[in-house]
Amino acid sequence: MTAPVERPCTRDAVAALLPEIADHVLVCANGFLSRWACALGDRDASFYMIGSMGLASSIALGIALVQPQVPVAVLDGDGNLLMNLGSLAMTGVLAPPRFRHVVLDNGVYASTGNQPTISSRVALEEIARAAGYRAVARVRDGAGIAPALRRQLAEPGPTLLLIETQPEAGPPAPRIPYTPPEMTARIAAAIARLAGAAAGTR
Amino acid sequence: MQAGSLSGAELARALLAHGFDFFTGVPCSLVASLITALEPHGYVAETREDAALGLAAGAALAGRRPLVLMQNSGFGVSLNAIGSLQDIYALPCLLVVTWRGYEGKDAPEHLVMGKAMPQILDAMRIPWRTLDAAAADADVAWARTRLDQRPGPVALVVPPGVLA
Repeated sequence: MTAPVERPCTRDAVAALLPEIADHVLVCANGFLSRWACALGDRDASFYMIGSMGLASSIALGIALVQPQVPVAVLDGDGNLLMNLGSLAMTGVLAPPRFRHVVLDNGVYASTGNQPTISSRVALEEIARAAGYRAVARVRDGAGIAPALRRQLAEPGPTLLLIETQPEAGPPAPRIPYTPPEMTARIAAAIARLAGAAAGTR
Repeated sequence: MQAGSLSGAELARALLAHGFDFFTGVPCSLVASLITALEPHGYVAETREDAALGLAAGAALAGRRPLVLMQNSGFGVSLNAIGSLQDIYALPCLLVVTWRGYEGKDAPEHLVMGKAMPQILDAMRIPWRTLDAAAADADVAWARTRLDQRPGPVALVVPPGVLA
């Protein structure tokens, strides 16, 4: 009998995936996901959504449509994705080839006090597959995150990786230290730089 | 204003001439001709108005000057995105919102929003104008100027009969 697999907490999952997508523009859903992404690996090409719950994937899709040669990843949550399932259909249909959707599924609305979502009874990655995502996968352990992400990065997108996590036991990451206009200015500059670099290497 | 004196193609030309270069939204019959005219320019048919605002936000971050079309029913759907995305992140976005329920003459589902919309626009501090068929180029120019002065949401409201 094998020991039950321990789900990673949000912090550990974010720490495992960030290095794999270090060259991507990264759009982070609101709540603790953005805070952990900022605390563990802040960079100019990251956008931290502090409001507009549900729309991280739509924002990332807008970037990918305008700059299809720039790799774009979205760090989404189960509550966020359930709020905007239509974005799976849009992304599947428009199919930007360098679009990577990563969903951290902790089964709760963590930043409002861990009220349960319905994600444990919905195969979100299968909705993405049915919508036209080129590859989808689900991982349940921290050690599986990097290999699963690398496999998807070797394939044309859009891809979706769902990572089962558990709610954080410790204190949350600090709040985002930037004003929203500061975040806009720096990611816009980063996207322009990455687009220029991508054009230069074509 | 003369009913139906402005074609969708004419309005699209004005929008393109004033630098709008990313088009998305959810349809309304009042702007059907505009959608047809924008389709050759990459119009993205979104699933929901707030998702269209998300898409427009991403396009703006990537250097575009976006336009989001919607019925005012969808304006109701969009309020959180307008307030907590376009507004606070200073992301330029021209909203083209149809005015269903205009002057209380429409199907019942449009009457509440039709009456409240001007006050909601003002309460959200969204600069807005009613599109005038005889002065569409000036209205689009005004929107562009407002977006340049302060990036964020700006609205052109389209009552029935303005667009042919």
